[in-house]
Amino acid sequence: MSLRRRYFRDRLMQLLVYLGTLVVLLPLFFILYYVFVQGIGALNLEFFTREPAPPGEAGGGMLPAIVGSLVVDLLALFFAAVFGIAAGILLAEYPDHPLNPFLRLVSDVMAGLPAILMGLVAFVLVVKPMGHFSGLSGAVALALIMVPIITRATEGVLKLIPWEITEAGLALGLPRWRVISSLVLPAARGGILTGLMLALARGAGEAAPLLFTAFGNPFLTLNPLEPMDTLPLKLYVYAISPYEDWHRQAWGAALILAAAIMLANYLARRATRTGGQPR
Amino acid sequence: MNAPYRMETQNLSVYYGKHPGVQNVSLAVHDKKITALIGPSGCGKTTFLRALNRMHDLNPIVRVEGKVLLDGEDIYAPGVDPVAVRRRVGMVFQRPTPFPTMSIFENVVAGLRLVGIRDRRRLFEAAERALKMAALWDEVKDRLDKPAVGLSGGQQQRLSIARALAVEPEVLLMDEPTSALDPISTQAIEDLLTTLKESVTIVIVTHNMQQAARVSDYTAFFLDGELIEFDRTEKLFTNPKDTRTEAYITGRFG
Repeated sequence: MSLRRRYFRDRLMQLLVYLGTLVVLLPLFFILYYVFVQGIGALNLEFFTREPAPPGEAGGGMLPAIVGSLVVDLLALFFAAVFGIAAGILLAEYPDHPLNPFLRLVSDVMAGLPAILMGLVAFVLVVKPMGHFSGLSGAVALALIMVPIITRATEGVLKLIPWEITEAGLALGLPRWRVISSLVLPAARGGILTGLMLALARGAGEAAPLLFTAFGNPFLTLNPLEPMDTLPLKLYVYAISPYEDWHRQAWGAALILAAAIMLANYLARRATRTGGQPR
Repeated sequence: MNAPYRMETQNLSVYYGKHPGVQNVSLAVHDKKITALIGPSGCGKTTFLRALNRMHDLNPIVRVEGKVLLDGEDIYAPGVDPVAVRRRVGMVFQRPTPFPTMSIFENVVAGLRLVGIRDRRRLFEAAERALKMAALWDEVKDRLDKPAVGLSGGQQQRLSIARALAVEPEVLLMDEPTSALDPISTQAIEDLLTTLKESVTIVIVTHNMQQAARVSDYTAFFLDGELIEFDRTEKLFTNPKDTRTEAYITGRFG
């Protein structure tokens, strides 16, 4: 084959690769563009600062849903981080622990379960004993979705930390828990942060598990023991409503949700890039 | 109890599952001397070394039999805390292992700080002392707060030595500490060993016979998991008793 033909084939392959990339990215750009165009009109000061208007009336805002999303999502992330990081440490640092096969099975099954089932679990665990819906129960449902993501990310990144670090710490006469908490975990912090961000992004977009846990609340509240609204919930309720103005606001909710999740993903990537590197 | 030696193994065997890595080794480590362990790859010298501060404890398939006496007391006796053993018997590894998130200073005092010593002056004095012992002080004294991973390989290894010395161990185990280093760094560490033995007992594994001959007072020759010969270094290298030792040191195998 002549050199000229080889150059030609090289070009052709490059072209195909670019084309493939474009095909993958186009739908994503389309979705984002559409959400942006439809949603940007709904965004104004009222949208961010007011409680929703009564059904059928124009105006009103998303303040309870925005605040509720923050409270429920961060609470969920806190619960999930505690259990997820602990499980990841057990799996990675104590590979022979008798609990591990069970833990791995549960984690894998949980990762594959439909999100709405997590809502059901939270309903049974929290809503029923409390006797009413609450932001807390929503956070529990979302935490159940987040835990396997955090567990996997933590296990994965801890396994990347050289075993020599652990041995060097032990050889200094440090107890095992000290080595893990002060030497191994700090070395892995970037990767663990990434896992937390990805889990947050995943949980923040869920509406189904919140339908019968957080439930929704048109009034602003900071108390997670009361029912709470979140953006995906509001998006769902407004989108299936018959009111033109609610549809508009649903697009607005979709836009800030998409923006927030993209931000979380971006931060996750940044954490990965700087994690493990010297400060 | 008045122990004749700083450390002593009695019929020490180490098994990986059913496979014996070290068999029936009885060896004495003389106080404030350098003992070198030599032998071909896979002869069990590293396995033996790691048994001396219970580094095998982490690997559930490894079984250790026999006794390892530290100042006359068996470190494998029931009730002995391996963490306490490792504070007295430190270890330096083949590859330098600076803790990646820590500065030079934090690395050196890690063994002290992480067990709760917070007094800045005491930490600083310990760091200076350890870095001077490791012949690294002059090179790093102006950048103690810089990341340790920014040091060269040879400096990182001396940092690892300083870090091990900072907790003031009685015995320092070194597992081929210069095999990943260039000749100049190797020279620096060999020079260091001769000064170090004034204050600490050293056991060093090396694949480099010249190194053993240069730095050690006693040499043990291992082959296939067994201790073939143990003697004063000049005696073992000039007048070995065993033909296998002679074959190895004259370069006929390994």
